[in-house]
Amino acid sequence: MSARLTPPVSARDHAQGPEDAPVTLVEYGDYECPHCRRAYPIVKTLQRTLGNDLRFVFRNFPLAKSHEHAEHAAEMAEAAGHEGRFWPLHDVLFEHQDALQDEDLIGYAASLGIDPAWAAAALAQGVFTERVREDFASGVKSGVNGTPTFFINSVRYDGLLHPTALLEALVIAATPE
Amino acid sequence: MSPLLSAGTPAPDFTLPRSADAKLRLADSRGHPVILAFYPADWSPVCGDELALFNEVLPEFQRYRAELLGVSVDGIWCHKAYREARHFDFHLLADFEPKGAVSRAYGAYDAQNGFSERALFVLDAGGVIRWSYLSPLSVNPGADGILAALEKLK
Repeated sequence: MSARLTPPVSARDHAQGPEDAPVTLVEYGDYECPHCRRAYPIVKTLQRTLGNDLRFVFRNFPLAKSHEHAEHAAEMAEAAGHEGRFWPLHDVLFEHQDALQDEDLIGYAASLGIDPAWAAAALAQGVFTERVREDFASGVKSGVNGTPTFFINSVRYDGLLHPTALLEALVIAATPE
Repeated sequence: MSPLLSAGTPAPDFTLPRSADAKLRLADSRGHPVILAFYPADWSPVCGDELALFNEVLPEFQRYRAELLGVSVDGIWCHKAYREARHFDFHLLADFEPKGAVSRAYGAYDAQNGFSERALFVLDAGGVIRWSYLSPLSVNPGADGILAALEKLK
């Protein structure tokens, strides 16, 4: 099986770090998934350690049948992205994983300067549903096999969710042959 | 042990319990594609992820009119509890008595450990295997291989 990132990272994605970084880490994640919560500080550590050598991309993969708030959390992150506030909201969601009701989500958006009425309407009308579904479908196509699933330079990472193991895999991928 | 059945092989027919009072015969599923997902055990953490993923991907499978069936050696009551706890919207079949007989017929039985391998099959509407895949026990297969196989059936 391929297990390669499909489609590759593009301008459509939410990315941190330089576009020409030697290694790109893509996470398919779910804001209500405890393992993704565990991955969140690990990714931060990797970013601090690798600096400009790392580009990090997050795509939505809400497991909506297991996590009842995951879909709306993902849509709110996308709504914030539309307002140029994707990453701050992304961080808030993982830092408040136990409070992801609609009113919580709208409150987080408001705290970042986003009009709460607009945010509430975006959720109610499903303005970002399609965008999240596209992420999900791309994840399935790419071979996402649970959350979180990471891709390092487009190849699925099947190793442990552990900072040292991930760092090693990233450094190897970043090193020219 | 016998190797995994491969593409081009007619899928061996079977009848297995899907609940305390209902059985499922594979041949009754002719007319649409079938996905058979053999897995080691209910409740084991990796399986949970694999089947939970497939459960989320069901709408994509249904676009190809494909039916997903899970198979393990667990009994019907175990399956029932597992299926309800995880909100699975597909059947889990009990390859329980004689233990693992169907898994063996598909070359998807781990006799040393006494459970099914983590193996996937995509059957066409005529009941012929069009794709099969054996995954390492510790690695969740994604749904990408299944979708690619279903796409090719069209």
